[in-house]
Amino acid sequence: MTFTLTPEREKQADDLLGRYPTKRAACIPLLHLCQEQNGWVSDEVIEYVANRLSLPTSQVKGVVTFYTMFHQKPVAPNVVWVCRTLMCEVRGAKVIQEHLEKKFGCHVGETSQDGKFTLLKAECLAACGQAPMLQLNGEFHENLTTDAVDKVIDAAAAETPAQAVTKAVSGHG
Amino acid sequence: MAEPTRMFTDRYGLKDSHTLAVAEQAGAYAQARRVMTTMTPDAIKAEVKAANIRGRGGAGFPAGMKWGFLPPKSEKPVYLVINADEGEPGTFKDRTIMELDPHRLLEGCMMAMFAIGAHVTYIYVRCELVTSIKRLEQGIRDLRAKGYLGARPFGVNHPLEIHVHPGAGAYICGEETALLNSLEGMRGEPRLKPPFPAVAGAFGMPTIVNNVETIASVPDILKMGGAAWSNLSRLPNDGGTRLYGLSGHVKKPGIWEAPVGLTLREMIYDFGGGPLDEKRPIKGVIPGGSSTPILRPSDVVNAPDDKHPMFKWHGKSHLDVPMGVDTMRGLGTMLGTNCATVLDSSVNMVEAARNLMRFYHHESCGQCTPCREGTGWLAEVCDRLCEGKGTVADVDLLVDISNNMMGNTICALADGTAMPMLAFVRKYREEFLDAAKNGVRGRLDAAVAASLTGASGLSGRTL
Ligand SMILES: Cc1cc2nc3c(=O)[nH]c(=O)nc-3n(C[C@H](O)[C@H](O)[C@H](O)COP(=O)(O)O)c2cc1C
Ligand code: SF4
Ligand code: FES
Repeated sequence: MTFTLTPEREKQADDLLGRYPTKRAACIPLLHLCQEQNGWVSDEVIEYVANRLSLPTSQVKGVVTFYTMFHQKPVAPNVVWVCRTLMCEVRGAKVIQEHLEKKFGCHVGETSQDGKFTLLKAECLAACGQAPMLQLNGEFHENLTTDAVDKVIDAAAAETPAQAVTKAVSGHG
Repeated sequence: MAEPTRMFTDRYGLKDSHTLAVAEQAGAYAQARRVMTTMTPDAIKAEVKAANIRGRGGAGFPAGMKWGFLPPKSEKPVYLVINADEGEPGTFKDRTIMELDPHRLLEGCMMAMFAIGAHVTYIYVRCELVTSIKRLEQGIRDLRAKGYLGARPFGVNHPLEIHVHPGAGAYICGEETALLNSLEGMRGEPRLKPPFPAVAGAFGMPTIVNNVETIASVPDILKMGGAAWSNLSRLPNDGGTRLYGLSGHVKKPGIWEAPVGLTLREMIYDFGGGPLDEKRPIKGVIPGGSSTPILRPSDVVNAPDDKHPMFKWHGKSHLDVPMGVDTMRGLGTMLGTNCATVLDSSVNMVEAARNLMRFYHHESCGQCTPCREGTGWLAEVCDRLCEGKGTVADVDLLVDISNNMMGNTICALADGTAMPMLAFVRKYREEFLDAAKNGVRGRLDAAVAASLTGASGLSGRTL
């Protein structure tokens, strides 16, 4: 199946291309735009970006594999990054990570039993003064306690529709 | 007692400080307007030079001098690129600028572009900083709508445009040439220098790459005049005020503004409220991000010769030396990003080193063998020591590997890994030898783990 952007995002893509003297420079922002729509960067997405920018697919693939923020396989509707780097670890990042692993019934790098959350480890996210911290769907949550973690995760779980859950789980299969 | 300054940060506390309306009401764009309508580019550059501003991104290079490396009368387009990749562990200052006062950075970009003859700025922001990106993009849209960006900003015939370019999660893209490759849509692999970006940078064109805080300081520099701004500092040749960050085992971690040249002790005690727990003394301080070698409070400056640049601080603790680019070098470390991390007596330094070596191993781009292999070996040997599978010879192996990494690579990531590793081993050798015999028990969060379960938490200080 080929991948296409929604008409609205297609306009955003045009705008992105207009920002640079070369087409290629739009590669990373365009990949972000596609991932925002598709949830992850599939082979079809790579094909689409390569065509749009007149690049060989191998070059786009080389970019995708270099950067950690491009998901190369499907992820759950909610993505949780827990910072593991020293400034967070000395202020309790592992306590937070272990709490999440127990809560989700999965290890770091995996998706929760209910299919709603993918748990990932991040390197320093520029919030060291508010450690320990996690990022949930792009939003920072800082100065965490296990209670605070429960609050943000439970709220996100409640907002995640059951349908999306099934889709993400089957996507993993 | 040292008090924080409120000049660069004077809009941080305002409600909706990130909006154009609030920022402009509080003074934003007055300098850009004045400077662009009444001053020549050369006159602006002279003020920045007189300000003695050292780059805020880590290397501490004088910004005025860097701007002078651009070819005079370039036929080619000149670019300004802002390094907003903020990924150095321990560093969280640029995010505060972009979230709380994005217009200070945008105004600085306009003034800098006018001064160096550029018409386009790319702000390379790491994509994880979602709020920073949103606020900068909103700011740029508002500036276009007002005509401050576009064909004739303030009626001046010098078109200006600013774009935000998101990264995609790679620490190495903070290195300026890796950043340029990433901006051009490629893998973030550093380029061999020379040519330097000022000669052949973004898209092969002359380019100035500066840190967020460096460029956001330009409005204040022009407002006060370069010399007066420089004199705010407590140190020579290292001007102004700057952001200080503090993380780790202190009561109140956070970000403050103060003159260049505060001591680590002043920051830790006067701003940070002292050690998290009085019963656990400070064991080490990483002065400016994880790539800067750790300092011990018990070490004193040894410079008895009155011609020695560090003579003034002879006999003083390393924590009582003013923080400056040159003074920190004098202590065998680096000022880096001016964001320090306090580690107290609960921390096992082998375990701390292991955490950081894993980071560098994960982030090495893999182009240079000494870096790709060296970071991996360092992480592996630290693992071995922590797990009780090491030997005494492993301690010296850490030193050997580090020595072989230095000076042999395309970029400074390898040195930035090896130097802190060497400092850990040299300053806490007993602990490494002990790990070689007994492994490491306990955890790095021993001091805080109990206080995180439930609702109590630590005394985190938000901005
Ligand atoms: C591995 C590595 C990572 C770096 N990361 C950053 C960064 O995140 N932000 C930054 O401003 N400079 C970073 N730098 C320094 C830049 O290469 C460059 O010196 C800086 O952007 C220049 O700006 P300045 O002169 O205003 O400090 C890094 C350097 C290295 C070697
Ligand atoms: S030193 Fe390391 S990070 Fe830098 S270019 Fe070489 S391999 Fe890449
Ligand atoms: S170490 Fe976790 S945010 Fe910096």
